[in-house]
Amino acid sequence: MATVRHGKKACTVNPLKMSQPVGGALAFMGLASTMPILHGSQGCTAFGMVLFVRHFKESIPLQTTAMSEVATVLGGFDNIEQAVMNIYTKSRPEIIGMCSTGLTETKGDDVEGYLTLTRKRHPELADTSLIYVSTPDFKGAFQDGWAATVKRILEVLVEPAAPVKELRKVAVLPGCHLTVADIEELRETLEDFGLDPVFVPDLSGSLDGHVPEDFSPTTIGGTTRADIRALGSAGLVLALGEQMRPAAEWLGSHINSPVRVFDRLLGLGVNDAFMALLVEYSGQPVPLKYRRQRSQLVDAMLDGHFYTGGSRLAIGAEPDLLHSVAHFLSELGFEIAAAVTTTDSPLLADLPCAEVLIGDLEDLEAQANDCDLLITHAHGRQMAARLHLPFLRMGLPIFDRLGAAHRLAVGYRGSRDLIFEVANLLIANGHEPEPDEWRQTHAPEASAAIAIA
Amino acid sequence: MSSLSSTVQDVFNEPGCGKNQGKSEKERKKGCTKQLQPGAAAGGCAFDGAKIALQPVTDVAHLVHGPIACEGNGWDNRGAKSSGSMLYRTGFTTDINETDVIFGGEKRLFKAIREVIEKYDPPAVFVYQTCIPALTGDDIDAVCKAARERFGKPVIPINAPGFVGSKNLGNKLAGEALLEHVIGTEEPEYTTPYDINIIGEYNLSGELWQIKPLLDELGIRILACISGDARYSEIAQAHRARAAMMVCSKAMINVARKMEERYGIPFFEGSFYGIGDMSESLREIARLLIERGADAELMTRTEALITREEAAAWEAIMPYKAALDGKRVLLITGGVKSWSVVAALQEIGMEVVGTSTKKSTAEDKQRLKEIMGEDAHMFDELAPREMYKILKEARADIMLSGGRSQFVALKAKMPWMDVNQEKHHAYAGYVGMVAMVKEMHKALFSPIWAQVRMAAPWESQALTLDSLDLDRPIAGTPASVAPAPTGGRVEAA
Repeated sequence: MATVRHGKKACTVNPLKMSQPVGGALAFMGLASTMPILHGSQGCTAFGMVLFVRHFKESIPLQTTAMSEVATVLGGFDNIEQAVMNIYTKSRPEIIGMCSTGLTETKGDDVEGYLTLTRKRHPELADTSLIYVSTPDFKGAFQDGWAATVKRILEVLVEPAAPVKELRKVAVLPGCHLTVADIEELRETLEDFGLDPVFVPDLSGSLDGHVPEDFSPTTIGGTTRADIRALGSAGLVLALGEQMRPAAEWLGSHINSPVRVFDRLLGLGVNDAFMALLVEYSGQPVPLKYRRQRSQLVDAMLDGHFYTGGSRLAIGAEPDLLHSVAHFLSELGFEIAAAVTTTDSPLLADLPCAEVLIGDLEDLEAQANDCDLLITHAHGRQMAARLHLPFLRMGLPIFDRLGAAHRLAVGYRGSRDLIFEVANLLIANGHEPEPDEWRQTHAPEASAAIAIA
Repeated sequence: MSSLSSTVQDVFNEPGCGKNQGKSEKERKKGCTKQLQPGAAAGGCAFDGAKIALQPVTDVAHLVHGPIACEGNGWDNRGAKSSGSMLYRTGFTTDINETDVIFGGEKRLFKAIREVIEKYDPPAVFVYQTCIPALTGDDIDAVCKAARERFGKPVIPINAPGFVGSKNLGNKLAGEALLEHVIGTEEPEYTTPYDINIIGEYNLSGELWQIKPLLDELGIRILACISGDARYSEIAQAHRARAAMMVCSKAMINVARKMEERYGIPFFEGSFYGIGDMSESLREIARLLIERGADAELMTRTEALITREEAAAWEAIMPYKAALDGKRVLLITGGVKSWSVVAALQEIGMEVVGTSTKKSTAEDKQRLKEIMGEDAHMFDELAPREMYKILKEARADIMLSGGRSQFVALKAKMPWMDVNQEKHHAYAGYVGMVAMVKEMHKALFSPIWAQVRMAAPWESQALTLDSLDLDRPIAGTPASVAPAPTGGRVEAA
């Protein structure tokens, strides 16, 4: 059980947090034939685009309503109409996904109204889905923007419950802490149980780094609109990450299907529970492959615990990633010595540490001095260097290493690999004994004290 | 008229800009940036531009007054290097919340400045205004003034909220802030007739350090570089330089011109990219310094250094020249880089098949025409789709651009090289040109190209499962660009 503390500083130093609109934009990037757009100044988009380009090493479709000072004051209708029509004319996407920013929320633009009016004035938009999400920069964090956007996508697109369920079809809502590799792994797992998962959104279709045959200004893969619309026949709604609970619950009641939330899929026990659910739901036995993988994980725990036991972790991550990693490493014997996160979550109070702070990397650095390992996104590099800490990059952004999208950290296999990665960092940073390591120099009064005792 | 909008107007009235002078009064008022097109715009905002221009000042605390987006989404992401303090890489922001939006964020800003000064004790704090507090009316000038009085340290307001315009406008507004609050506020310990300012050089990947040894050798002192590897006090003392070089043509012309006006410091516009331009720049520096009282023998020494360095550079480049000769380049960059890099590429015999001039001035374009000829392929705006087409159809052999269009080239399976601010290699001066040639050679002749362009075996028409002769080793080397062999498999070497 952890005490949740909110930072009291006026100045955030070395931010851990990123803003809601970019989290929302990323969610849109997991849909096929989509153009995400931020309703704000063009800088809002430029920063977000650079962020994702550097993380994914991919072209990033992200547009802007390019609000100027005057347009902001007068209201953004003209800009929104122009932006929608420009995107429509140039790239004909199926979906235009719009997130607000702090700027336009401060002004208070009635974007839903603007979009309705735009539709009225341009009947040719009839077949283009316009999805708008409110994601002010001055509230919440990246994962909140993602969660709100996924919920909105479902609310706008999913048709009512189908009279006949296709029981093999499972709606899977992954949190933004899951990577491309995580989604690929989970798809394969569900398919191995004979199920037919539809991930919303699906970054493994769009930002997995494939080389398409032709150039496209919109997303190049991801969940199709048709698949999302047809989710009404799904037999089960699976949320991966606590952040997806509201969206999953909405969907479950909308299509009248049961909902299961897994707040993490890292570790032995949680994956056993996941397997149990799949067995129960599909009626299939656990495929041999996963029995073998479970055994490998158990072996990795046996091999790894010599290093992980008693090690001290400093971690800065968004609530769902923090929850996954902190619980898993704590189950391996780690002490969670310092934990910092970005935004509120019901998960925080249950963390296996004394305290969790909603704060920044300066706060984490202040507590991380005698830790053995640092886990946070790439912005931890400066503090890792200053404190000489072994550093495992997890989360987003990871801009100074390749393959961020392909790091696997779910399932038996992902758990096994993470043990190796963590243990190897600890081994590499191992302490070499020196001749005088255990020589004790007793001060005269100290030895006198011992003699008396 | 608020002071920000009058500053913006003032910047738009830049008499140093020939293009601007050709406009009518009314056109001039509209400003020099094209109206941004919603849904089809790309590029940073004014705040981004201001930050790019000033963040290289290494010992200053750069405090962003705004919501988390402005700093949190993009901090510590530029390659400006420092020879001393690392404080410029620390991200400071007020991270304003809903309450600050409703009730105003001035108190939070003041407290934030206090915290920064108490914890980090920088020689100065730069406070960057952003859209939301500009809209709600936070008066950062007043807060900075109060903080300065309270803490006895320069606290400089940088008034360039994102929504006032483009990145380029932000560069200039940042320059205005330096002119108004920093330059001329301190005196150097001593001056020499060999003191210069370099304006618009950001020491990305350490490029300033490719130039500085040469200036050191000539006895020329960089009194202030604005703003690469600069200390606050160097910029505060910049008004005592004898001459100045303006590097990035559009970014800070207002700083160069106003320093000439106010302090009589003559300047010229030059470039450190390419052998010819580098030599020209050294000559100009020497010429201006001699005009302002330096010993005339400086020119003799400069010419001797140029002869030596040019010879050394050409000697290092020659082994690559034959391989690069005639290769076609698509150059997507702007401003000074458009013409200075073109000249540099032509020096080694490469052909520039197209260049973008999105961020270039009329003067930049004129220079381009002089270099490339009247029928030069200049694209004002080249959509990614067009870039992709040019590359896919192999109308160019390599694209040089900034990081954001990198993947347009790579997805077309064509060589690409970074020439913008996020790049990891330094290309300035003579040594930089040699490095650039080597990098370009590496990119063009990487062994991957032939392999990645090979069709997958199942894409070949002739290939069926039955036709697979799995025991036959593959013929030829991966270097061949020929279509995929109609069978066989790659044997482990």
